[in-house]
Amino acid sequence: MNPPLRKLTAVVLLMFLTLMAAASYIQFFRAPELNADSRNVRTLYREYGTDRGPIVVAGKPIAGSESVDDPYKFLRTYADGPLYAPITGYFSVVFNAMTALERQQNSVLGGSDDSLLSQRISDLITGKQPSGGGVELTINPAAQKAAWDTLGNRRGAVVAIEPETGRILALVSRPSFDPNLLASHKKATAQDAWKELNADERKPLLNRAIGGDLYAPGSSFKIITAAAMLENGATPDGKVAAPDHYTPNGTSVAISNPGEERCGDGSGQVPLRQAFLQSCNTTFAKAGHDLGYEKMNTIADALGFGKSLSIPLQVRPSRFPQPQDLAALAQDSIGQRDIQVSPLQMAMVAAAVANKGVLMKPYLVESTMTSDLATISTTSPSEYSRPFSAQTASALREMMIDVVNKGTGGRAALKSVQVAGKTGTAEIKAGVEPHSWFVGFDATDHPKVAVAAFVENGGDGGYNAGPIAAAVIGAVTK
Amino acid sequence: MSVVTAKTTRKGRGTELFLLILALFAVLMAWVLVHVGVNGGAGASHILPNNFALVSGAAAVVVLVLHFGVRFLAPWADPLILPIAVLLNGLGLVMIHRIDFALVARGGKAELTGQMLLTAVGAVLMLATLALLRDHRKLRRYTYLSLIAGMILLLLPMVPGIGVTINGANLWIRVAGFSFQPAELAKIFLAVFFAGYLVAQRDNLSLAGKKFLGLQLPRLRHILPLMIGWLACMGFLAMEKDFGMALLFFGLFVAMLYVATERVSWLAIGGLLTAGGIWVIVQLASHVRARFNVWLHAMDPALYDAQGGSFQIVNGWFGMASGGLFGTGWGRGYPTLVYASNSDFIISSFGEELGLTGLLVILCLYLLFVARAFNAGLHLNDGFGKLLATGLGFVIALQVFVVVGGVTRVIPLTGLALPFLALGGSSLLTNWMIAGLLLRMSDAARRPFTPSSTPLSSISTGQLPSELREDDTADSAARATEPGTSDDDDQNTQLTEVVRL
Repeated sequence: MNPPLRKLTAVVLLMFLTLMAAASYIQFFRAPELNADSRNVRTLYREYGTDRGPIVVAGKPIAGSESVDDPYKFLRTYADGPLYAPITGYFSVVFNAMTALERQQNSVLGGSDDSLLSQRISDLITGKQPSGGGVELTINPAAQKAAWDTLGNRRGAVVAIEPETGRILALVSRPSFDPNLLASHKKATAQDAWKELNADERKPLLNRAIGGDLYAPGSSFKIITAAAMLENGATPDGKVAAPDHYTPNGTSVAISNPGEERCGDGSGQVPLRQAFLQSCNTTFAKAGHDLGYEKMNTIADALGFGKSLSIPLQVRPSRFPQPQDLAALAQDSIGQRDIQVSPLQMAMVAAAVANKGVLMKPYLVESTMTSDLATISTTSPSEYSRPFSAQTASALREMMIDVVNKGTGGRAALKSVQVAGKTGTAEIKAGVEPHSWFVGFDATDHPKVAVAAFVENGGDGGYNAGPIAAAVIGAVTK
Repeated sequence: MSVVTAKTTRKGRGTELFLLILALFAVLMAWVLVHVGVNGGAGASHILPNNFALVSGAAAVVVLVLHFGVRFLAPWADPLILPIAVLLNGLGLVMIHRIDFALVARGGKAELTGQMLLTAVGAVLMLATLALLRDHRKLRRYTYLSLIAGMILLLLPMVPGIGVTINGANLWIRVAGFSFQPAELAKIFLAVFFAGYLVAQRDNLSLAGKKFLGLQLPRLRHILPLMIGWLACMGFLAMEKDFGMALLFFGLFVAMLYVATERVSWLAIGGLLTAGGIWVIVQLASHVRARFNVWLHAMDPALYDAQGGSFQIVNGWFGMASGGLFGTGWGRGYPTLVYASNSDFIISSFGEELGLTGLLVILCLYLLFVARAFNAGLHLNDGFGKLLATGLGFVIALQVFVVVGGVTRVIPLTGLALPFLALGGSSLLTNWMIAGLLLRMSDAARRPFTPSSTPLSSISTGQLPSELREDDTADSAARATEPGTSDDDDQNTQLTEVVRL
C-alpha cells in the first residue's frame, strides 16, 4: 500500500500548493485591485484611520488627530476650527472627503509620501504604529487673528503676504465653518452640519480669499493701471488728463469721478500723484484706453491674472479678459466690468510694489516634518515674476503713501508705521452696496507685510476695508 | 508493504518537549501582541495582559500534562504531531480572543472561555484515547459497529427535537444546551469502517472483475456494500444540505479505496461519482446551487448585494488583501467585518492580521501534520493501521482544502471548521481524538522491532523474497502480542502480494 500512499502524499502536496497559490493570488497579485474596490470599507478605515500628522502654526497644532475607540481609531480635531478652516479644510470620514490642505498635503499628513519612506521603514522595524508627517504653515497667528477679528461678522476675506519671500501670513475668509463638525465620526452630526452649511445663504463653505468667488476690485485696480502708465513714460509729477466726465469712443455712457467730484483743481490736467490719491476715474479710464489692451495686460499677466496658482491650495485665476472694445477697456482700467479678482491676487499686487517690482511666489507651507516633527523639507522662496521696474515700484509706493496720508485711505493709517495703500469701492449694480477693498503694505525699507482686505458689499473701501488692513499690518510690524 | 529494518532509536520525547515549549511561547507572544495591538500599544506598563501569569502558568501545566501523558502512554509517538496540534489550537484561541474584543464592543458574547474549556476537554480526550486504546488494531474489531455509529451520527440532526437547522443546513443537534455537529465525529467512525472494510476486501476490489478500457472493474457484489454505504452517506448529507461534508466523506472514501487497492480505476470511478453526486446535490439543494453561483461570479455587484450572495466571501478577500504580505499585525486589522470571522472564515482573519506569510505558515503546519500521519501509515506494518492513519491524515488535509479552498475560491464555499483553529466544539474535540489516534499509530510505527520468541505464522516465508518475509514476521509478532487480532485478511494480503509478483 505504500506506493499509492506516496502518490496520495503528492496529491495532498498539490492540494496545499493550490491553496498557497490561491492565497498568494488574493493577498499579493490581486491585493491592489481588491484594496481599491469601493466596496472595501477597510481602505476607507485605513486611509481615514491613520494617525494623521498635525498642521502647525507657529509651533502649535491647529489640526491634529486624537485616538478614539471606533473602527477609524483616530479622530481629526481642529483647534480654532473656523479661524483656520479656509486653510486646513476638513477631513471627513462620513463623506469620504477631504478638502484644502488636508487634501493637498494628504500624502504627508497621511504618511504615504515618498519623503516619509525612511520613517515608514523604521516604523516597520520598530513595530511603531505608522503615523503621518506634519505640515508647518507660514501663517502668522497674530495677523490671522487680527484679520479675523476686524472682519467681524461681515462677509469678506483678508490675505497677507511677506513681500520679500511670498510667505502667506494671513488667509482669512468669513463667514467660516467648524471643520470639527464635518470631521465627526458620527454620521448624524456630520450630515446635519453639512446640510446647514449648504443651506446657509452666506455661503460659509466658500473660500473667498483664494477665489471661491471672484470680485470686482474697483479702484484698487488702479495700481495696475498706474503701473502701466509709469512703465510707459508717465511720472508721478507729470500731468495727466483729468476731466470731470469721460466718454470713451464707442459708447454714450460717461465715466465720472467718485462722488461726481472734480479731479484736482478742475483744470482737466493734474499730476498723476494727485489723480491717484484722489482716485480719479476719468484719468485712469482714459489712460487704460489710450495705452491699449496689450500694455495693460502685460502687467496684469505678470502679476498673475489668468494663471492658476498652487500655494498649494488651488487659487482660482483672476480675470482680465480681452475687452470687446475700447470702451470696455476704459471701464476695465478702473477695475470694473470684466475685471474679477481674488483677494490673494490683490495681495500679490501690493507685494510686488512693496518688494520693488519683484513678485515672489506666494506659499502657505513653510516645511514638512516627520511624525517626530523633524524637518524633512522647507519651502524656499522663489521669484514669480518682475511685473514692473523698481523705479515704477518706488513711484507707486510714494503715491500709495499719499493715499493713506492725504487721500481716501486715511483710515488705514497707523501711528507705529507708515502705511501705503489703495482703496477700492467696486460698484456692482444699483441698489447693492459696493465691495470694499484696501490693498497696501508697510512702507518701510523692508516691508514686512502686503495685505489685501476685502469686504463683500461692505460699502466705501477706505472706510470699511482700510481699518482691517491696518490691523493686520499693525499685528505683523508690532 | 515497505519494510523498516533500521527503526529509529530515538523516541523523540525531548524534541517534542522542546517544540511544545516553542509552540507555547509563540502562542503566549501572540496573545501579548493582541493585547498591545487592540489597546493601541499605549502605555508600556500594560504590555502584559492582567492575568498573564495565571493563564500562561495554566497553559504550561496543560502542555506539560499532555507531554508526560504521551511520554508514558505512547513513548515512541511522532514528536511533531502534538506540538503542531498545540500550536494550531493555541493560535486559534488567540484569534478567537482577539475577535472577542470586537464582538464584546458591539454587545456580543465572548467566545474564548467556551473554546478554552473545549480545548481542555479535547486534551483530556486525546489522553483518554491514548490510555484506552493501547493498540490501534483493536479498532478493527469494530468495523461494522463503526459503520453503524457513523450512520447514526449522520442521521442524528434529522431526529426531531434535537436537530437544529442553522443557515439552511441541518447539521447540528442540541442536547442539554450544547450544540454539536455529529458529522465531525462521524469522520473517525467512517475512517475506521473504511479501513477495516477495505483491508478485508482489498483483493476482491482490486483483482476480481472484468477489465474495461484498461481499467479493472470490480464485481458488483464486492462493490455493493460500499456503494450502499456511500449512497446512504451522500443521501443523508444531501438532505442535510451540507455539500462540504459530502465532499469530505466521499473524498476520504475514494482516497482510502485507492490506497487499499492501488487501482487507479477507483479514482476514475470516484471522480465520476463525485461529479454525479455534486450534480445531484446542486439539483436538489437551492442552497448549494446558490453557492455555486457565488463561486463563479463573486465580484458581480448584483450578486454581492443579493441575499445569500457573495458579500461574505468577497469581504473575506478584502480582509486578506488588506493584510497583504505581512498583515496588519495582531489586533490591528478589521477581521470582524467578515462574516463568521472566528469560525468558517477564521483563515481570512489570519490572512488579514498575519498576512500571506502567516497564512502560508499555518498551511505548512497543516501540511506537516498530514505528512506525519502519512509517515506513520508508511511505516506501520499492518494494513488496517496504514489505511486508518492515511484516512485520518487525509481527512484533515481535505478539510483544510475544502475550508481554505472555499474562502480563496478554489472551490465553492462550504461551511466547515478549520481543524484546531476555528471556533466550534465538535470539530475541536474530534480533531484532538484524531491527534490521539495518530499518536497511537505513530507510536506503533516508530517502536523498534523486538524479535520475539513466538512461533512463526502458519505460512512458511522461507521461499518468499526477503521484503515480504520481514513484513510477515512483523505481522506475526504483532499477532503474538495481541492474540485476539489474528485475522485471515492480512494473510490474504500477503498472498496477493505473491500473486502480484
